[in-house]
Amino acid sequence: MQTAYPLFSVLPLAAAFFNLLVTKLNKKVADYIAFVVTGTLAVMAVLTVFEAPFAYRVGGFPAPWGILLISDGLSSLTLVIINVIAFLAVIYSTKYMTMYTAKPKYYSLLLLMIAGMNGVVCTGDLFNLFVFLEVASLASYALVGFGCEHEELEASFKYLILGEVASTAILFGIAFLYSMTGTLNMPDLARQLEIVGINKAVAFVIALFIMGFGLKASTVPFHAWLPDAHPSAPAPISALLSGVLIKAIGVYAIARIMFDVVGPNAMVSTILMFLGALSMVVGVFLAVGQSDIKRMLAYHSISQMGYVMIGLGLGLNPNVPALVAAMALFGGIYHFVNHAVFKSLLFLCAGSFEFRTGTRNRYEMGGLIRKMPVTSTACSIASLSISGVPPFNGFWSKLIIIVALVQAGYYIYGGIAVLVAFVTLVSFIKLQRFVIFGQLPARFAALKESPFAMTFPLVVLAILCLGLGLAYPFLDHSVLQAARNALLDKLSYMGYILGG
Amino acid sequence: MVLYFLTLVLFVMGVYCLIAKKNIIKKIIGLTITDYAINLFIILIGYRANGIAPILFKNMTMKELSEQGVDPLPQALVLTSIVIGLGVLSLMTAICLRLYEKYKTFDMGEINRLKG
Amino acid sequence: MATKPDLMMNDSQKGMTLIVKTVVRFAIGIIFMFGWYIIVYGHLTPGGGFAGGTILACGYVILTLAFGKDLALRKMSDMAASIIDNSCALLFVLIPIVGFAFGSFFLNFPPHGKPFNLVSAGLIPLYNIIIGLKVTSSLFAIFVALSIFGRFVSKLVEEAEEEE
Repeated sequence: MQTAYPLFSVLPLAAAFFNLLVTKLNKKVADYIAFVVTGTLAVMAVLTVFEAPFAYRVGGFPAPWGILLISDGLSSLTLVIINVIAFLAVIYSTKYMTMYTAKPKYYSLLLLMIAGMNGVVCTGDLFNLFVFLEVASLASYALVGFGCEHEELEASFKYLILGEVASTAILFGIAFLYSMTGTLNMPDLARQLEIVGINKAVAFVIALFIMGFGLKASTVPFHAWLPDAHPSAPAPISALLSGVLIKAIGVYAIARIMFDVVGPNAMVSTILMFLGALSMVVGVFLAVGQSDIKRMLAYHSISQMGYVMIGLGLGLNPNVPALVAAMALFGGIYHFVNHAVFKSLLFLCAGSFEFRTGTRNRYEMGGLIRKMPVTSTACSIASLSISGVPPFNGFWSKLIIIVALVQAGYYIYGGIAVLVAFVTLVSFIKLQRFVIFGQLPARFAALKESPFAMTFPLVVLAILCLGLGLAYPFLDHSVLQAARNALLDKLSYMGYILGG
Repeated sequence: MVLYFLTLVLFVMGVYCLIAKKNIIKKIIGLTITDYAINLFIILIGYRANGIAPILFKNMTMKELSEQGVDPLPQALVLTSIVIGLGVLSLMTAICLRLYEKYKTFDMGEINRLKG
Repeated sequence: MATKPDLMMNDSQKGMTLIVKTVVRFAIGIIFMFGWYIIVYGHLTPGGGFAGGTILACGYVILTLAFGKDLALRKMSDMAASIIDNSCALLFVLIPIVGFAFGSFFLNFPPHGKPFNLVSAGLIPLYNIIIGLKVTSSLFAIFVALSIFGRFVSKLVEEAEEEE
């Protein structure tokens, strides 16, 4: 896998353009191209997990002058999440996208988004990260407005403007960092920032990055685009946006920069923990009253990202014992993985309901378990996971984060986390009662289950939800600890510049 | 020093235009001005007083170029950034035209069906 | 005997006035040649693929403005623009993969030649030409899609024709 590492971002790019060329002759080929490419990427990503960390020099140029592609524990874990969920979303789209026109263009945009996300995760160079972030963001702006109805275009426009302001802030920060240190390579930046120290200019750059990447990760003062954008997108794109994109270009980038480039810092830790707590509370209280199921799920995304941010923030704190910080970081990364799985499952289920019933309003649906058993069971499993019910995966990650918060002495944040988990449970009980159990409206008497291509990803993701929860003791010592150690070990990250 | 300050003034003007104007086209222009202000800022970072352009002529050595030339790396960054700005501008304009078809207005205050 | 493109160029119903058409007919060749010069000499003088491609695309836009959309679409139709766009992007992504056989991705494997020659610096002139073609077709396709094929504009055109 070491020689084929650049293929993660190159293969979907080539497939996107090839797709547009070939579908001028025959429109049905697009499904197969997307299926084969995402399947290959998923297999490659799973194979990368078993390899030792390495750094790949693009073009043979040595380190501070060339671009380095770095593969360590966190990168390979995020690659697995992105590519496996993208593969399942492509399987789902083969049937779901019959509701829309211009399917080949949808697949090209989807492959571009996957290429951008893979590029962000693979790279070790700050400007390369910005370029791939822009590629993924542009593809997602176009995909949000894909079915060109009134509300989708409005949501896409608002998302575009806010996303571009964030990207401008990130570019500003990158320019500042370059002027202070003279390099754009992330391991080299880590070394130079140790020499320069965290002075006021670096603090300004950190503020710009938190604003820019925080908007991409939908933390609370910058969350305003998410409740409009995620419901308006087609369901597999909502699953990818909410389950993967806000993590790959938002949380991953913040984690990489704050842990490996800047290093543990009390000020950044306080800010991230405060923003995380704010996201949790605002997200869940705004979610309880929604009638549109996808809008409710979007608000819950904001809230769950708050959990991950609190875990990351506590992991950055140099004043708590190292074991507690490591446990909080572990909880954050585990919740990152879990949220990707159950949130994509929830959005795909909502899409299935919409595909069959034609509505997204939960007060108009009811009793769907009798007509659509597989989808409803998968939805129930995902709702139990997100609420934190044992033995599903959400329980373990929330428990670890809450225990770490309490052990570090942040009793208020711990109490807020417990309260938010409870309100999440309330909100999903409402969803279950109105949509799945309850009275079946008369006009839905002839409903059938969704096609196999749409239920297969739901079943796989539900099994993953259960499996990630039950297999927690096995995962602890292999994949997740590697990811956590990759973030905590700033010294070995700086060493990538010599290797390669 | 004054040049950096003027670049930031341009940035603030672009942000003002983005926030305060109601017409969508003016918002697009504001965002574009903001992008260009950041690009100017990046080019200014590479500036060296009394420097020459970083082009190697026939009778010049590499040592002269590295001592007298301005920094070429920010210029490469700005090239990429301009292309990204172009892509965003064309996407914004396309969405804006479609919005006019659906809502029959360019006024952002009336395009607010998504609430709550 | 007047050939078809000449008839289209001389059509006084479409496009702008005679003075504009005469000047553009003279200048367009120089514009295209200048654009290609900037693309091909991109490794020796400032410019390169993107700048030259923008100049060429603006040349096509000048053709559209001066002579009307039919002539410009004959020169480069929207299907041709789309095909050139996608195949150039595909080439640009596939050529670095050949570098895998020589060592690493994106390696500049052809012999570098002597500096200051036109044929030197390995793959860089080739990348410039590919990017130049892609940017030309891409920008012209955006212009065509927004202004000529855009439903907003075509509705205005229909209303104007109904009024006549």
